[in-house]
Amino acid sequence: MLTTTPGSVIPDHPDFLWRNPDPKSSYDVVIVGGGGHGLATAYYLASRYGITNIAVLEKGWLGGGNMARNTTIIRSNYLWDESSGIYEHSLKLWEGLEEDLGYPLLFSQRGVLNLAHSLQDVRDSKRRVNANRLNGVDAEWVDAEGVKELCPIVNISPDVRYPVLGATYQPRAGIAKHDYVAWGYARAASELGVDLIQNCEVTGLTIEHGRVVGVETSRGRINAGKVALAAAGHSSVVAALAGIKLPLQSHPLQALVSELLEPVHPTVVMSNAVHVYVSQAHKGELVMGAGVDTYNGYGQRGAFHIIERQMSAAIELFPVFARAHLLRTWGGIVDVTPDASPIVGVTDIQGLYLNCGWGTGGFKGTPGVGDTFAWTIAHDEPHPLIEAFSLDRFSTGALVDEHGAAAVAH
Amino acid sequence: MQLIPCPNCGRREEIEFHYGGQAHVPYPAEPAALGDAEWADYLFFRDNPKGPFAERWYHSGGCRRWFNAVRDTRSYRFLAVYQPDAPRPDIAQFMAAAPPVAADRASAASSATNAVTR
Repeated sequence: MLTTTPGSVIPDHPDFLWRNPDPKSSYDVVIVGGGGHGLATAYYLASRYGITNIAVLEKGWLGGGNMARNTTIIRSNYLWDESSGIYEHSLKLWEGLEEDLGYPLLFSQRGVLNLAHSLQDVRDSKRRVNANRLNGVDAEWVDAEGVKELCPIVNISPDVRYPVLGATYQPRAGIAKHDYVAWGYARAASELGVDLIQNCEVTGLTIEHGRVVGVETSRGRINAGKVALAAAGHSSVVAALAGIKLPLQSHPLQALVSELLEPVHPTVVMSNAVHVYVSQAHKGELVMGAGVDTYNGYGQRGAFHIIERQMSAAIELFPVFARAHLLRTWGGIVDVTPDASPIVGVTDIQGLYLNCGWGTGGFKGTPGVGDTFAWTIAHDEPHPLIEAFSLDRFSTGALVDEHGAAAVAH
Repeated sequence: MQLIPCPNCGRREEIEFHYGGQAHVPYPAEPAALGDAEWADYLFFRDNPKGPFAERWYHSGGCRRWFNAVRDTRSYRFLAVYQPDAPRPDIAQFMAAAPPVAADRASAASSATNAVTR
């Protein structure tokens, strides 16, 4: 006979993955934003560049913004050399990240298909494949039959509104479990001595004689030798505290998952023309992303007609999805730049560093920008791989136009 | 679906409209006098406030005319609409009036009138 009521004994809480310290009065480096980029930057600063007296300040909870809301696609098949450089660096880090962090990330290189639906799409796609190959990025062109072979549930019949004419294929692309990535970086950074401080909103940046010396926060003043901004959708708001105006527009970006299903979708499929991208998570949900809501918004939610349009596109591409049930939709805030490339580097204010403008594609860049941004902070000069992504490219005209490779959601 | 109060047609569904970004950004008076930084500012830099924002909307599925609106980018609520040649309303008045999102939801039922009722 049982001596206790079933269910009345609660198991012990599992070990915490990171410490939860109160902020100290001063740090060598303060990172604003405890998402993937902020945590990765802190981790690489501590593990590779010898700076461990770091605080990561997060106004909510760690990894609770876009890091918790993205569709986890990882790829490096961008057009221009500058983009190939940073995204391929990132993909290479992804390939060793589970070992590096000593934490499972469910990183799965299942390949990505970027569909072409018109002759112009076909030409652009082939051009991108050639550019990728010249840059050492794995890429191939596959025709419609090839698409069907890689992903049998794609509808390649020619009598639909946007027929599939072929696709670019990057076999090394894939997905990872986004939350595990945030936790893996947080755990590793915390072990190296980085203070991860949640519920700590930055309300002011203190600048003296052209140099940043600290931040005002909802948990008091914190002095800082250097301050690095990694605030994603709120970058305009945070940069404005230092009087910096950024060419960013913050938009809602929505995504959704279906109920759990048997494995039906072996790869990642993205379509620029019909604005949808789909993969199947390890657990079994179909994960689908939409295009951005057109208006500016900080509400972390978007309009229903965007979801409706996204679903009609998904069902035309994947008729088998017609009977799947939608489980959950949500939105994040993405900071979109005019050329669909990020802004990373130094600023006119000494000791203040900028990482923003990743728009709809920041997740895949997490390790790459974490490493190069950390290098930039440690050396006080832009890492060669992010040099082209400086803020002044908008006045020099040296834009890195990735609307073709990033346009699914932009 | 959100209803947008077109100043010409009244409340219509959001899908009838196109977004036009920040309002009151005039073409430079003396384009030839502009340097690179000023051109960059005109071409690429727009305000991106978290809160009331004066912006352009186009009623493409209705009267097919542009108009301006002040909308809160936190709650997406339209706070005022006006003709494109009218001066920008005082944004500060909306800063005070526009509550944060959580409070906004709670008070939405009780505030029967607002600037956009028409």
